[in-house]
Amino acid sequence: MNSLPDPSPVAKPEYSQAEINRKLTTSDRVELLRKMLQIRRFEQVGLSKYQGGKMSGFIHLYIGQESVAVGACSLMGEHDHVITAYRCHGHALAVGMSMNECMAELYGKATGCSKGKGGSMHFFAPDKNYWGGHGIVGGQTPLGMGLAYGIKYKGLKGAALCFLGDGAVNQGAFYECLNMASLMDLPVIYVIENNRYSMGTSLERSSVIKNCLAERGEVFGIEWAQAKGEDVDEVRAVTQIAIERAHNESRPTVLEFDTYRHYGHSVADAKHKGGYRAAEEIEKYKKDHDPIQLYKRQLIGEGILSEEQFTEMSDAAKAEADASAQFAEESPLPEAGSIFEDVYYEVDRGTEAGRTGKHFFND
Amino acid sequence: MALIEYRDALNQAFSEEIERDPNVVLIGEEVAQYDGAYKVTRGLWKKYGDKRVVDTPISEAGFIGMGIGASMLGLRPVMELMFWSFATVAYDQIINNAAQIRYMSGGLINCPIVIRGPANGGTSVGATHSHTPESWLANIPGLKVVCAATAYDAKGLMKTAIRDNDPVMFMESTLLYGEKGEVPEEEYLIPLGKADIKREGKHVSIIGHGRAILMGLKAAELLEAEHDISCEVIDLRSIRPLDEEAILASVRKTHRVVLVDENKPFCGVSAQIASMIQEKCFDDLDAPVQRVTSLDAPAFYSPQVEKLQFPEVHRIIAKVLAIS
Repeated sequence: MNSLPDPSPVAKPEYSQAEINRKLTTSDRVELLRKMLQIRRFEQVGLSKYQGGKMSGFIHLYIGQESVAVGACSLMGEHDHVITAYRCHGHALAVGMSMNECMAELYGKATGCSKGKGGSMHFFAPDKNYWGGHGIVGGQTPLGMGLAYGIKYKGLKGAALCFLGDGAVNQGAFYECLNMASLMDLPVIYVIENNRYSMGTSLERSSVIKNCLAERGEVFGIEWAQAKGEDVDEVRAVTQIAIERAHNESRPTVLEFDTYRHYGHSVADAKHKGGYRAAEEIEKYKKDHDPIQLYKRQLIGEGILSEEQFTEMSDAAKAEADASAQFAEESPLPEAGSIFEDVYYEVDRGTEAGRTGKHFFND
Repeated sequence: MALIEYRDALNQAFSEEIERDPNVVLIGEEVAQYDGAYKVTRGLWKKYGDKRVVDTPISEAGFIGMGIGASMLGLRPVMELMFWSFATVAYDQIINNAAQIRYMSGGLINCPIVIRGPANGGTSVGATHSHTPESWLANIPGLKVVCAATAYDAKGLMKTAIRDNDPVMFMESTLLYGEKGEVPEEEYLIPLGKADIKREGKHVSIIGHGRAILMGLKAAELLEAEHDISCEVIDLRSIRPLDEEAILASVRKTHRVVLVDENKPFCGVSAQIASMIQEKCFDDLDAPVQRVTSLDAPAFYSPQVEKLQFPEVHRIIAKVLAIS
């Protein structure tokens, strides 16, 4: 079933030569790196502000996994849609959401993308075909299938990219989706970002694995592939095959990208380092498998980028993230009156339906 | 007016809305080729084909979630749960996704879905198939909850629910599907949030929804005939939004209330209404607010005993007499 290229390291140079990557101009490639840097700097600033007491709740950092969201989302066309779980900052910025609206959401401010009602796990931008940001593990997998259903129903050539973690593959709803997506020929692509830990439980302790997680698609007659997530070219090459399958055959795909988060499950996960995973393991991934460093080296090696340009880019991303924190800081808090806004469409719009009967039961 | 079954009134609503709006699609277990487990969608697949009437596997979380996702893109899916009791399997999708997506996205996304099916006990199918989840669902801001007691209401409310831009949980009843009622030939809509005075009266208000209010109507007839007590019967029709004005107006008129409810008593719909009445009409009351609900235990299988669990007519009559 697996018709995709062999993901072994030997094959790596071929990914940059894949047709979809050969189409990239040098500036497109620099932009991919810039996007990854922007995500990282955004989250680093976010983390420091969290630690400074500027925000609350959970923050699930994407640092270390940037190549997956950036690579996959860089392929989106007009009718391609994205939905993901709670580790959603990377995907949000990758589809083009601004740092300001995202940082302000972390701060719980009225200028946040969800007006301070969603928080870190719930970023949305339907105008950019980005449908969140979902807090319940695996809960987004039927929604992703529904987006694909909508695309197909409307007769559009598109795909729904539904990201999930290696923990989510053990939720029952995911298998209902695999069965239905295959049965109904839906153009959904389930992208498993396998960062090896579902919170504090390692892959080995949570999943029965024969070869990989993606091959669970096999029994549903779904094409699948496993690949290295640290290489943005590889992510693009492998995802593009799935997108073309969705566009041309209206068939689903399950992809699995091996990746790694440098930080804990969330900011509340103090035990990750030296607890459920060795400090050496984290260091090894940071040193040898950091997608930003890998792509930077690649572009420098190809003469596309210089160290100075990289530093400039990095500084600019940091400055943008700092400015977004400033923006968030200065933004107003949501008004108490907004508590009852955005609950019912009809009430918000003041339609006849919204004005008929009692919708809220406070008094 | 034609005299038609409750199920056919719903069927007409689907048919008319499918023809009216290309984004309306019926989805669920056995809704297409099998004609619906309770024949509510009878003939629609033959008439409208695979695109508009769609069978699913037995995967409530999967297909309800799929409908929610599709509604986010602008479809108007009408999802059948063979029993509303099966919503427990899809609860995450309904509660966390359909109900919260608009709020959590700051109003950027809406979810114009209808989830429908029978929600009733009384058919001797055991506790797992006999839930009345309108109170569970009305507890969730973001959802709308509708219960239709008659063929006329079923059609008018369903058409409105399909056109509504918020998620509407529509409760029907297997015991009512075969009941006939008058339904006009011409198109009509019934707004959500408007109660219906099913019988005018002056001594006691009987207020409720769904099949229980039909029990209330029977009780009212007997009370009039045998005890000369005139009961006003208010059918809520829509639980959320709720027609508070109609409830309070009736209480102010009669000064006595018996609430009838197929829900279990703890936090049932009638509990909410009792609270509302004591808060807003305390001085109008000449007697404590009474409730007749399902008895507070899981649904019994044995039909003779299960019958005792319902808000039956004699229990309603007893409560009315107790405060008259």
